[in-house]
Amino acid sequence: MSTRWITIPANMLTTTRRDSEMEILVASSVGILTAGGVYLILRLRTFPVILGLALLSYAVNVFLFSSGRLAIDQSPILSKYGETAYTDPLPQALVLTAIVISFGMTAVLVMIGLGAYLEAGDDRINTADTDADRVEDGQA
Amino acid sequence: MMHWIILPVFLPAILAPLIGFVMRHDISLARTASVTGTFLLFAIAVGLAMLATDGQTHIYRLGDWPAPFGIVLVLDRLSALMVLMTSTLALLVVIHAIATGWDARGRHFHALFQFQLMGICGAFLTGDVFNLFVFFEVLLIASYGLMIHSGGRQRMQAGLQYVVMNLAGSTLFLFALGTLYASTGTLNIADLAQRIPQIPAEEAGLVRVSAMLLLIVFAVKAALFPMQFWLPATYANAPAPVAALFAIMTKVGAYAILRVHTTAFGPGMPGTGDLAGTWLFPAAVITIAVGAFGVLGARRLMPLIAFSVVGSMGTLLIAVAAFSPDATLAALYYMVHSTFAAACLFLIADLVVTRRQADTLTPAPATLQNGLFAALFFAAAIGMAGMPPLSGFLGKLLILDALRAPGIIGWAWPAILVGSLLTIVGFARAGSALFWKSTAIAAPDPTPEAIAVPPTASALQLAPAMAGIAMLGALSAFAGPVAGYLEGTATQLYDRQGYVSSVLNPGAGE
Repeated sequence: MSTRWITIPANMLTTTRRDSEMEILVASSVGILTAGGVYLILRLRTFPVILGLALLSYAVNVFLFSSGRLAIDQSPILSKYGETAYTDPLPQALVLTAIVISFGMTAVLVMIGLGAYLEAGDDRINTADTDADRVEDGQA
Repeated sequence: MMHWIILPVFLPAILAPLIGFVMRHDISLARTASVTGTFLLFAIAVGLAMLATDGQTHIYRLGDWPAPFGIVLVLDRLSALMVLMTSTLALLVVIHAIATGWDARGRHFHALFQFQLMGICGAFLTGDVFNLFVFFEVLLIASYGLMIHSGGRQRMQAGLQYVVMNLAGSTLFLFALGTLYASTGTLNIADLAQRIPQIPAEEAGLVRVSAMLLLIVFAVKAALFPMQFWLPATYANAPAPVAALFAIMTKVGAYAILRVHTTAFGPGMPGTGDLAGTWLFPAAVITIAVGAFGVLGARRLMPLIAFSVVGSMGTLLIAVAAFSPDATLAALYYMVHSTFAAACLFLIADLVVTRRQADTLTPAPATLQNGLFAALFFAAAIGMAGMPPLSGFLGKLLILDALRAPGIIGWAWPAILVGSLLTIVGFARAGSALFWKSTAIAAPDPTPEAIAVPPTASALQLAPAMAGIAMLGALSAFAGPVAGYLEGTATQLYDRQGYVSSVLNPGAGE
């Protein structure tokens, strides 16, 4: 059996107009989601950062989904009875795992963010480490 | 098929929910279960390490699906060594946490602890990059809980920062895996090792991108410059036993670099070349500098130790960056040493800090057992700074010896030697402020506060730290046999063909 990166099914190599539209759509949505996510993470306040990480995880899910090549109207099932074209099922399984993990992580992040806000009365993502040092300087 | 290989993942995975759900109201039951589980894990790890000494690469197919279609766990000398190190460290940490009562200051310490062990052991054993991601997430989500164990304002804020940093890292990991799958069509490490050399250099752009993205992700875990900013704040604010356990977490990053960037994107492949080493080397040199200056400038004990961990990761990765069997042997020896040295320092710091109310490096009236703590701190600091007779000296000597190539020696030697000097100065300053100057200050008149002074450290509280230091001594005394084992480990790591054929064609090589 030859390696898969050489033997891409023929239907995936012929780019029809519909495929290229799809590619532009998926690529730009990944790009816009990532840009929005990075911008929100840089705000360094709990709520925007949580939203930003959620956007980033959406972006990465769409990206993972497309990593098995974009195929339209094809099932992710290999049929041994005919030469039917199929789409790669593995990225779909990977995306499912990634969705579950990012969902759980977001829940944990919300709880820790809430805990930090209630403890500190401030939703900035910053450690008080430097503050403590500065207080010591003031005393010295 | 051998089922032993999955036990380091299976045992904590079963034990953790049991402790979390069934034993959550009974701390002594949870303690018993956790210590028993950790001890069993240690026994299993010893067994696996003995199994791996035959030099074979043992595999475990989950669901008996053949690789690369199913997920495999791979046990070779390197993974056996890492699992053994994890379980030994876990045993020290869990005893310390119980003896000092840290585990009762918040909820679910032991359940999270076992989940953490499951994630770490899984990450060391897996033979699949996506599975590596999953185990990273398991160990991270448990570490989030351990990091904010027992709460407090500073700890929660530092914990939030740690979580955000690692979630961003995880996203990057997924982007890297997507790119890798799109360009090679597989995520099994052995299959990657087989396919990437076939890709000609001019078509390997995407492979190089994913190799670099993975390097960045692992560098976040290994606290390599410029991704080391999270580590001092996290380790300094985590509960001390947790910080001691986290000493293995940075090594997970180093292990992942060793595994993925030698086996899958190995040096000398037309597609990737020595891409990883080229970037790793300068970053490691700067990491040593950051760690050394941090140790020198730290005003509190816990950040001081945290920065010394950053410095030791730099020293470790400078040897990894050479990507040669000699340098890898040195890196592995230093990895074992620095894990236990850092853990010992955190455990001793915990004993000292709880008796001083604050961890600032300023003279305060001497506590009870001042001489004992001073001696322990002195021994662990010698280990961390790399002075004889403890194993850090031999580790650094091996690394220096391996990095003699022209072009490397001019940067590596000054970095390691000057870095060690600055670390010694930093630790000497801290130790004299904490232990010597404090004897010059008269104890204050007994006040009502004096009643709250913790009692003298019991033998059980001191035992884990002392055992750690004894281990550093043993590592130094038995350096010959250890180096012999590690030499086999390094040779096996660079035997890419052997790895590929044992994973993909099991039975053929046996």
